[in-house]
Amino acid sequence: MSLEKRIRSVFQAPKKGETYELRSGLVSQYASERKEAIQRTIQAMTLGKDVSALFPDIMKNLATHDIEQKKLVYLYLMNYAKSHPELCILAVNTFVGDSGDPNPLVRALAIRTMGCIRVDKMVDYMDGPLRKTLGDDNPYVRKTAAICVAKLFDLAPETCVEEGFLQTLQGLMSDSNPMVVANAVSALAEIQDRDPSTNCFVINSHILGKLLSALNECTEWGRVTLLTSLADYTADGDEGTHIVDRVVPQFQHANPSVVLAAVKCVLAHLHTQTEENREILLRKISPPLVSLVGSSSPPEVQYVSLRNIRLILQKYPQLLSRDLRVFFVKYNDPAYLKMEKLEILVRVANDNNASQLLAELKEYALEVDIDFVRRAVRAIGQLAIKIPSSAEKCVSLLLELLDTKINYILQEVVIVFRDILRRYLPGGVADKAISNQVFAPVIPLLCENMDEIDEPEAKAAIIWILGEYVDQVPNVAEILGSITPQFLEESTPVQLQLLTAVVKLYVKKPDQGQRLIQETLNTATSSSDNADIRDRAYIYWRLLSSDTAFAQSVVGADKPPIASIIPEVQPALLDELLSELGTLASVYHRPASTFMGKGKFGADAIQKRAIEEQRALAQDGAAAAAVGAASGGVNIENLLDIDFDGAAPASAAANTDNLNDLDGLFSHTDGNTDAAAAASGASGATGASSMNDIMSLFGNSSSMGGGMSGMGGMGGMGGSMGSPAPMAAPADPFASLSAVNTADAFASLNIGNGSEKPKEQPAQQQQQQGQGKANDDLLGLF
Amino acid sequence: MASAIFFLDLKGKPLLSRNYRGDIPMSAVDKFPMLLLQAEEESPVVPPCFTHEGVNYLYITHNNLYLLALTKRNTNAAEILLFLHRVVQVLTEYFKGLEEESIRDNFVLIYELLDELMDYGFPQTTDTKILKEYITQKSHILEIAMEIAQVPKEQPRPPMAVTNAVSWRSEGIKYRKNEAFLDVVEAVNLLMSPSGQVLRSEVLGSVQMKCYLSGMPELRLGLNDKVLFDHVSNTGAGGGGSGGSARASRGKSIEMEDVKFHQCVRLSRFENDRTISFIPPDGQFELMSYRLNTTVKPLIWVDCKINKYSNTRIEILAKARGQFKKRSTANNVEIHIPVPEDADSPKLAATAGSIKWHPEKACVTWKIKQFGGGREFSMRAELGLPSVQDADEQAKSKRPIQVKFSIPYFTTSGIQVRYLKIVEPKLQYTSYPWVRYITTSGEDYTIRLA
Repeated sequence: MSLEKRIRSVFQAPKKGETYELRSGLVSQYASERKEAIQRTIQAMTLGKDVSALFPDIMKNLATHDIEQKKLVYLYLMNYAKSHPELCILAVNTFVGDSGDPNPLVRALAIRTMGCIRVDKMVDYMDGPLRKTLGDDNPYVRKTAAICVAKLFDLAPETCVEEGFLQTLQGLMSDSNPMVVANAVSALAEIQDRDPSTNCFVINSHILGKLLSALNECTEWGRVTLLTSLADYTADGDEGTHIVDRVVPQFQHANPSVVLAAVKCVLAHLHTQTEENREILLRKISPPLVSLVGSSSPPEVQYVSLRNIRLILQKYPQLLSRDLRVFFVKYNDPAYLKMEKLEILVRVANDNNASQLLAELKEYALEVDIDFVRRAVRAIGQLAIKIPSSAEKCVSLLLELLDTKINYILQEVVIVFRDILRRYLPGGVADKAISNQVFAPVIPLLCENMDEIDEPEAKAAIIWILGEYVDQVPNVAEILGSITPQFLEESTPVQLQLLTAVVKLYVKKPDQGQRLIQETLNTATSSSDNADIRDRAYIYWRLLSSDTAFAQSVVGADKPPIASIIPEVQPALLDELLSELGTLASVYHRPASTFMGKGKFGADAIQKRAIEEQRALAQDGAAAAAVGAASGGVNIENLLDIDFDGAAPASAAANTDNLNDLDGLFSHTDGNTDAAAAASGASGATGASSMNDIMSLFGNSSSMGGGMSGMGGMGGMGGSMGSPAPMAAPADPFASLSAVNTADAFASLNIGNGSEKPKEQPAQQQQQQGQGKANDDLLGLF
Repeated sequence: MASAIFFLDLKGKPLLSRNYRGDIPMSAVDKFPMLLLQAEEESPVVPPCFTHEGVNYLYITHNNLYLLALTKRNTNAAEILLFLHRVVQVLTEYFKGLEEESIRDNFVLIYELLDELMDYGFPQTTDTKILKEYITQKSHILEIAMEIAQVPKEQPRPPMAVTNAVSWRSEGIKYRKNEAFLDVVEAVNLLMSPSGQVLRSEVLGSVQMKCYLSGMPELRLGLNDKVLFDHVSNTGAGGGGSGGSARASRGKSIEMEDVKFHQCVRLSRFENDRTISFIPPDGQFELMSYRLNTTVKPLIWVDCKINKYSNTRIEILAKARGQFKKRSTANNVEIHIPVPEDADSPKLAATAGSIKWHPEKACVTWKIKQFGGGREFSMRAELGLPSVQDADEQAKSKRPIQVKFSIPYFTTSGIQVRYLKIVEPKLQYTSYPWVRYITTSGEDYTIRLA
């Protein structure tokens, strides 16, 4: 009692007000009044009021036979245990008593709640009840106790191991009840994930049999757990076949997350199958995938499925080719589904369904949602490049769209035409009659709209087209001449393209380009404060002053052909993501490490914040709440530091991410800014976009070093990286602008290097195509 | 797995929450409305899950509520999002609707349910029928509570079913008259071009069941031979499949794709010999669903011409034709034709049914109670347009015509129930199966406007 008195004096209970009323209700002599007061206390708690001061009074109501009331008291305990850790001891007796109650519901409730009271003192008393309930006769109690082992491990791993709970849990994997098996697997997987050194989650052939037989009898959520574990299992011999046989029927389950988990499991064991069997299985996977995006799944789940289907399609492009229509956009789909469906549509397109798809895309392009329309126009471009037989139709559709004179359509059409022309009208000289007829006439049509083209990416695109196809446009000098006077007002990508275009003009038609080149190079070198622009201008200047014929061969060099402009995930990442189908990583298209903080560290930091938050709340009640929130804010910043700024690996990871998944990156812009922050933080630069480009260049070359990625890096160097356009990033060396820039920037930089050492010129020229070497040179340049 | 579940109002203010794991600061939820707003500003496409400072936010919306799950792990997103939908479903079944008000009114019950639905972030039981056996409605609880005070032994206990292999049915169910009702419902989704070409069509079928049967009955459902469960997935190679199509007397066989069953159906048995055998849950449930991807002829076709006269009025001429068997009748046909939002002074006429202008939905609705097969009706509507023309108006009215209908005693696929055998080994009662068929328009039966 003295303890309670002390507590009371600390809280100095007010004599009136809500708390006082509640308190008098809680100690009332009538059961019904007490119960009502408990309910009102919980209500106040729900509303976010701090009722922790009532802790001692609530505790008095702990011993009751009314389950309803018991649950409420336990709920209160879980919420405020942290604020009165020493008082929790008073509850221990009740818990221990309840864990031996004749009613299984009470036993389960006791053990479930004990695990949720995250107070050290409670842990000391947990082993007895936990051991008892783990061996309970009633499966409902056992399944609850199984989860409780994971809770205990989180609080006191040593106790958990010493007391042998992990072994008991392993034993439960062979339990007769499927629900118990599923929860034991969940708990073990969780513990294994937290501390791999426990090595507690080991499936052997005996356990495998148990899991497979539980699979057919379990609840839907249990099935998801079991299927996930089965997917991670490395099968020997014909176990793979055995697993697949048992898992395939799950494709028919009504719960989409079970279906997705089953797909994941079958894909994981696909490599163990014979070639013939693999074909059959892949054919079986299509219908369930289609059903995942059917109207029986909620839109959010459809979204997860679509993001996953995109990954699966990259690995197995032959899937779903007959199911194009399923992915047609419904007019009442949420925006995020519409965009994702477009991504899938261009990926399942083939020679047979291209015209059908094109008709559909035409409808989309005439919708009203601007972003959706732009994406549809881009899809038409992607289709044109992916399926050559449809290119002609795509071009005429794009020209038709151009006729609508709608500004945002125009911008997007110009951008896709840059890639289409580059694909089908190579080298600036149309030598094939057909491409001449279809593609060459496009250029003057685009030029007619010159004045309307105002977005940086579109403007850069049209200028590239002008420079590349100088021969096709009679008044090119006039058009370029109309832009150059505002050179300094243009955005960086436009300036860079303008430089290149003017050089191309001069090289091909010296008489027309003479005046322009003088002016432009002058402005760029003397008045620009952007290092990229100045550098490129100087390089061109030196190149042109050395040898015009050579300059011509450099500027007009063949560009690598584009096969597709549909963004793809890097192969290494793809395999990682495919093994994690259904998870957040597979939705973001980013490796889990990039959003979980750094492994355990990041996760622990969050947990620390959670604990600190509770402690702050507990320390001084309501008055401190505001302070607690503030300190939480500080912690958040600390976490940011830890995650993204502290060490090189973090920024490297961010960069890899940058490379791997531009789409994910740009849709999750927080990631983008983090990457930028990391880059600029590390370099100590002012954060100018050009510095970022250079950083990313080094990131690329060092992390991958391959010829192609080197090229991509140079594309980035070319300045496209700094532009806001999502396509212009180095991840895909063939991707649109960056690819275009690549060739130019690559050529120019390489020669810039060469012209400083004139004797090496011929050698340099030969190496021009050897990109790996060029990459080294480039690095040397810095 | 989820660390915490929140119910938020539309402004993002938490109404109720349950912290399952205590590994995420609960204050993380305060950022949710801001993050959502930020995402909306950056792009109109806001996905249902995103990450911020190591915390992942997964959310769904329902009426005027957000349901939000937080996790710091690379969790199974499909599972959690679906779980949130199940929470909505369970609470809806408990409260007959779920809104902000129902959260406030039932917080005690919701806490109790959240405890059973999920433990330490792992989804557990989401079957309302079973939950209702031991998490009883509030009013009910109070009565029991009184009795319990004297007779503690009558406390609710976890029903065997929670953890049984048959987790969806309790033992000891008794009915005086044993009946089972089967409803075969097919919803047609269709997208047509203005010229009448079918751009997309699918039939979503489902077999709904209402079971009022005693004991633990074993049921077996037989469908007509024309039904082929998508031949691709048949491991018994082409054998069953090709045999089926050869047998199909009237040429066409029904190829069902991605057949889905209620968890009571023995999937392995179906995989082996294509029999649908099960112990049903009590009461109403969906036994199976399927999809037909074959091109369906539009059952009700609408030909619509919209003429604009010098930007002052608009004239709509529409013809609707019932392209199904003469013997059948479509009931409650509704045709919604979009009109400009600022139209006024309608003049409407139709050869059958009633026609109304709904300015709030910016559409003209034409209702026909009974629409015989092979019949054709037409309507005419004239609306005035404001003299001041909105420049973007043309772009705005890209909505399609929507059609709603239901045709009883008819299935598009031709699926038929041959038999429904009901055997209860212990009780051996006689039982009465009833079967009905109906075809309805799906959510997306639309015709694009020229």
